[in-house]
Amino acid sequence: MHRRASPRAAALLTVGLLAALASLFAARPAAAADDDTLARRARACTGCHGQQGRAAPDGYYPRLAGKPAAYLFDQLLAFRDGRRQYALMTHLLEPLSDDYLRDLAAYFAALKLPYEPPLPLPPDLAADAAAQARARRLLTQGDAARQLPACSACHGAELTGALPGVPALLGLPRDYLNAQLGAWRTGTRAARAPDCMADVARRLAPDEVALLAAWLAAQPVPTTGSAAAPVAALPQPMPLRCGTTVAVAP
Amino acid sequence: MTRAAAGLLAIGALALAVAASAGWWDRADDLRRAAPAAPAPPAAAAVARGAYLARVGHCAGCHTSPGSADYAGGRVINTPFGAVVAANLTPDAQHGLGRWTAAAFRRALQQGRSADGRALLPACPYPNFSLIADADADDLWAYLQSLPAAAQAVPPHALRWPYALPAALTVWRALHFQPARLPELADSTLRRGAYLVGGLGHCSACHGERDRWGATAGAWDFRGGIIPEQGWLAPSLQDPRAAGASAWPVAETAALLKNGRNAQATVSGPMAVVVAHSTQYLSDADAAAVAAYLHQLPALPAPAPRSTPAPSAATLALGDKLYERHCGDCHGKQGEGVADDGPPLAGNRAVALASPVNVVRMVLGGGFGPSTAAQPRPPGMPPFATLLGDEEVAAIVSQVRWRFGNRASAVDALAVNRQR
Repeated sequence: MHRRASPRAAALLTVGLLAALASLFAARPAAAADDDTLARRARACTGCHGQQGRAAPDGYYPRLAGKPAAYLFDQLLAFRDGRRQYALMTHLLEPLSDDYLRDLAAYFAALKLPYEPPLPLPPDLAADAAAQARARRLLTQGDAARQLPACSACHGAELTGALPGVPALLGLPRDYLNAQLGAWRTGTRAARAPDCMADVARRLAPDEVALLAAWLAAQPVPTTGSAAAPVAALPQPMPLRCGTTVAVAP
Repeated sequence: MTRAAAGLLAIGALALAVAASAGWWDRADDLRRAAPAAPAPPAAAAVARGAYLARVGHCAGCHTSPGSADYAGGRVINTPFGAVVAANLTPDAQHGLGRWTAAAFRRALQQGRSADGRALLPACPYPNFSLIADADADDLWAYLQSLPAAAQAVPPHALRWPYALPAALTVWRALHFQPARLPELADSTLRRGAYLVGGLGHCSACHGERDRWGATAGAWDFRGGIIPEQGWLAPSLQDPRAAGASAWPVAETAALLKNGRNAQATVSGPMAVVVAHSTQYLSDADAAAVAAYLHQLPALPAPAPRSTPAPSAATLALGDKLYERHCGDCHGKQGEGVADDGPPLAGNRAVALASPVNVVRMVLGGGFGPSTAAQPRPPGMPPFATLLGDEEVAAIVSQVRWRFGNRASAVDALAVNRQR
């Protein structure tokens, strides 16, 4: 008797096919024999970062799995070269070659780990439909009057990032998002010039930073199809010139 | 009044007296060119030799600021006397060495004087560099002149009073600076090794003991000491229980310098950076010469061994539990190590050093070995500073320093806290 595949099986098959496809395009995939070495080496990283990211007394260690390889590599260089400041990271990276850092970045980029469900919206925001609408408007439309592009114009329609160099905005906790936008405003985090994110963060009002962080942290990461992964290409050119994207362009 | 305060007062008084009595108390000839000339392009062979020597001397370790142009200076070196900013060594006329001459550069290395005649701060290890031969100084000069000029201004030093006074430096030089001399050695390999270790390699800048005025006891002191402001201990190169090489085959010492590890040891902390950016580039002949020189250094008489009390039972119990949870996977259940992963802790002299600071810093900050040609992807240890409290780190350090036959002293939570 002929049976139709269940929707669940079809979804699984799709995910599998897309994952296989994505792996074909992964930047510099490490040779299979090296994967085991890298997995063991990566324990020096996951001790703090964990599998999903981890909070610690001195801040939040973000998840590394599934972020664009070129983005991760550029962040490693930024810590080593002083564009991002965190003494533990600088100390760890100082004796390592660019090639090794590129391999570690590719290893974490290729890791496919499920995302944990997000925390609910904070009660005040959950009760404030206007604020939620404001957050959605900033994310999807921006504010032309203040030269604020939509977040989705660079970070992808689903905010899951875009290859090669733009990370996801989902799957990150509120504290981390707040801290990063704050660090860009004050200059303690910098990207390569022109530092488009510094411009964006400085054009946002402080209450907008808090609003976006709270709203984003409460959004689930899309789990079907390839939506959880960074998009391979943005439909339109990015509205801002960003040094990092230029530097990591293939 | 403490001796330090008395010393300070004496230096201050002397400084004022000298400053008042003479305008040109400590100046040598001004060797600058009036205008940056366009010198004939240096010979490619000299540039290549100079590039090699610059790596052997790890010049970039201070003179390249991370993320900036090579040798453009600007890196801040913190010292107990204030912040020193490394100079721009590129041929830029305004901010670099564009108006220097080969003779001025030679004098800077060998006598510690800037092109305008002023004394250089001894954060630049010219007590060591005084050994550098004219030909090598000229090759280094050729290499630096071949670099692209970087118009990168170098901010002024920020030394505390009275160290910023020129007269303080004059006094310091009178008391502490003497050009080094090569020891009498019959063997040419040993002479080459001594020349590299004492001179360009400036090993004594970390592995020598510094006095309260920041002075080493010269180019040939390898008794070990805490690296100022970094907190790591550079272990003695004259003690076989520390980092002495007398008990190792010469080839093993050379392998450590080139690969970052050998059968007995793995480099970590500041030495991992030195191997990554400097010693791994030593030619085989130079690595062998350095190793041979270190091998024949006489072991200093060790203080009589004292009996070390065991850590308390509670500390060991906590340490054992934490070791099993956090350390055993990579370092082995009995501290025997895991191939291509965590080095052995049993019988590891870096673990059992008289001072526990390096083990404490390793547990707190973790660290990778250096990427080298032999080991491009070295294993690394995660930092535990954010995972474990002072008591827990103290228990782990005390445990690994006592177990596995190490029998070294315990540490308490306060000692851990000081290293955070």
